Amino acid sequence: MTIRLMQGNEAIALGAIAAGCRFYAGYPITPSTEVAEVMARELPKYGGKFIQMEDEIASMAAIIGGRVGGLKSMTATSGPGFSLMQENIGYAAITEIPCVVVDVQRLGPSTGQPTAASQGDVMQARWGTHGDHPIIALAPISVRQAFDLTVKAFDFSERYRTPVILLTDEIIGHMREPVELPDFSTIKIYEHKVEEKPEEYKAFRNTEDGVPPLVPFGEGYRYHITGLLHDEVGFPTQRLDEIDPWLERVNGKLEKHIDEITLVEEDYQDGARVAVLSYGCSARTARHAVKVARAQGKKVNLLTLLTIWPFPEKQVEALGEKVDKIIVPEMNLGQLAYEVERVVGRKKVVRVTRANGEMVTPQMVLEKMED
Amino acid sequence: MTDHILEAHDLENHEALIPPSNWFERSETLQKLRKNKKFPTIWCAGCGLGVVMGALIRAIDHLGLKNDDVALVAGIGCTARMPVYMDFNTLHTTHGRALAFATGLKIARPGMKVIAIMGDGDALAIGGNHFIHAARRNIGITALVVNNSIYGMTGGQYSPTTPLGKVATTAPYGNVEPPFPICELAMAAGATYVARSTVYHALELDKFLTEAIAQDGFSVVEAVSYCHTTYGRLNRLGTAADMMRALKDNSIAKSAYDKLSPDEQHANTKIVRGVLHQNNTRMEYTRMYEQQILTRVQSV
Repeated sequence: MTIRLMQGNEAIALGAIAAGCRFYAGYPITPSTEVAEVMARELPKYGGKFIQMEDEIASMAAIIGGRVGGLKSMTATSGPGFSLMQENIGYAAITEIPCVVVDVQRLGPSTGQPTAASQGDVMQARWGTHGDHPIIALAPISVRQAFDLTVKAFDFSERYRTPVILLTDEIIGHMREPVELPDFSTIKIYEHKVEEKPEEYKAFRNTEDGVPPLVPFGEGYRYHITGLLHDEVGFPTQRLDEIDPWLERVNGKLEKHIDEITLVEEDYQDGARVAVLSYGCSARTARHAVKVARAQGKKVNLLTLLTIWPFPEKQVEALGEKVDKIIVPEMNLGQLAYEVERVVGRKKVVRVTRANGEMVTPQMVLEKMED
Repeated sequence: MTDHILEAHDLENHEALIPPSNWFERSETLQKLRKNKKFPTIWCAGCGLGVVMGALIRAIDHLGLKNDDVALVAGIGCTARMPVYMDFNTLHTTHGRALAFATGLKIARPGMKVIAIMGDGDALAIGGNHFIHAARRNIGITALVVNNSIYGMTGGQYSPTTPLGKVATTAPYGNVEPPFPICELAMAAGATYVARSTVYHALELDKFLTEAIAQDGFSVVEAVSYCHTTYGRLNRLGTAADMMRALKDNSIAKSAYDKLSPDEQHANTKIVRGVLHQNNTRMEYTRMYEQQILTRVQSV
């Protein structure tokens, strides 16, 4: 394949198609719109279908409906639209319908500053919908990684029957980089295999790995899907002996596969007592700052989180044992820093925050190394 | 026997779909109820929703559709609990969003008969935007809207179809918002089959639902019902039986309505029952996408 100059948003759309996404429903919003535009143009070439819905609530609903019908599905949006999608993201979580939601973060709250960059949706990606629920969020730091993590997002969503948030930002989405994409035919995504006969099928049963296989509607496996708490066959229930095992399975299934889900890049030096921890566009700042510091003879560890949720506790805890100080640059008022503080304690964490639409600069990170 | 049924339903022969005399034994009707679902339903005794469910099952039965080829999609509310009792592909979604979920499902499975079952609040308040846009697209979904003029499940708040002046728990001094005419809204937005009947006229509902499900496009059936538990009590309308009888007394067949003079029509306050609109010239959405886009684009 040839090297092409492309945007992060374009790479996301192509990653989705490579992963087998065949249905996209969305509503225009900057800075995510290019994802929809590429999908509208490219999906039909692969026999896939695109629809522009009347709003983001409908878009989220439609992709869940599409996956219930058997098509791998995605939507893309930004802050205000992401807020509107939250109720149905919770629906996908409780009904365990795989789907991918791309949030190209822009500066909020509300209409905010269209369309300056931000990483302000970190906590919304975890807790935006009401109630306890499992969720995965991945944050790419380059255009090529936007492609790769979109593929991962589909694989995870299928493998673990959960919505996956691709939590990117205006900088990665609109940045152009030369990339060489793999041959789409080499990309393999998890496929559900069902061994039960239709009359024995239980879409929500307890399995050893916590993830019962999913059969689309229309293939002879008639069953009920509901956002109410339900039993193994999907019927609403208020019986604690049915609800409790179900809650335990659904909220525990990601933990069972945490090592596969947790994607991080560790660039550590022996004897380093300071570390920079970052993700998304701010990881680019972090990477540059570490490069400069090392050139000056300093020893610095660099931890880049590609998986934001579930939070990579094990890796961050291990880093906390190695160093005295963890600098966390991010384009918000310190959202992921809360999690780092929870794991390593407040004393070790130094926040570098900026929530005015401008990137955290390497200089701001380097200054904190001096303190 | 047929005459007896028609008389009881206050219908002319052409207005009803008469089931075969042995329909209960012969048909797959019973098989369309879920054997593994515990009955009774959650509905109050005397509710009209059971009549609508019966009509829907008989309509699907009449069309000879396989259970596997039908999906029932619902939102939230008393009406939206209907799918769980029937043995189809059933999707109980979030409040107001049944048609948006159904749109995704229909696009993924164009061959499937997708029926969205909604109450008046579900379809026209929180879901109003999806309702008009599904109609505009003419996507092949049947919207079955059960109109009881109130939010029943939450205890009797006024809905977008509560008549002016009527009392609700959130309209204790009488409702000051005029109601949406569901069918007229659907017609204006582009639905290609629109009909209205009541839960009193069950066999007419059978007929309209049969036609609506067979329609290749967005079809709407408004089933006028009642909520004796909330609306009826708040407005002193009597028992369920009284409210059922009122649907007979306060409705008029479209054929009779059409014979009225313009002045009489203008003065009419009765519910007009009948097929109010049908257009077979507009192409259904998924078919349009297939023909206009998928077959034109060079595949990779």
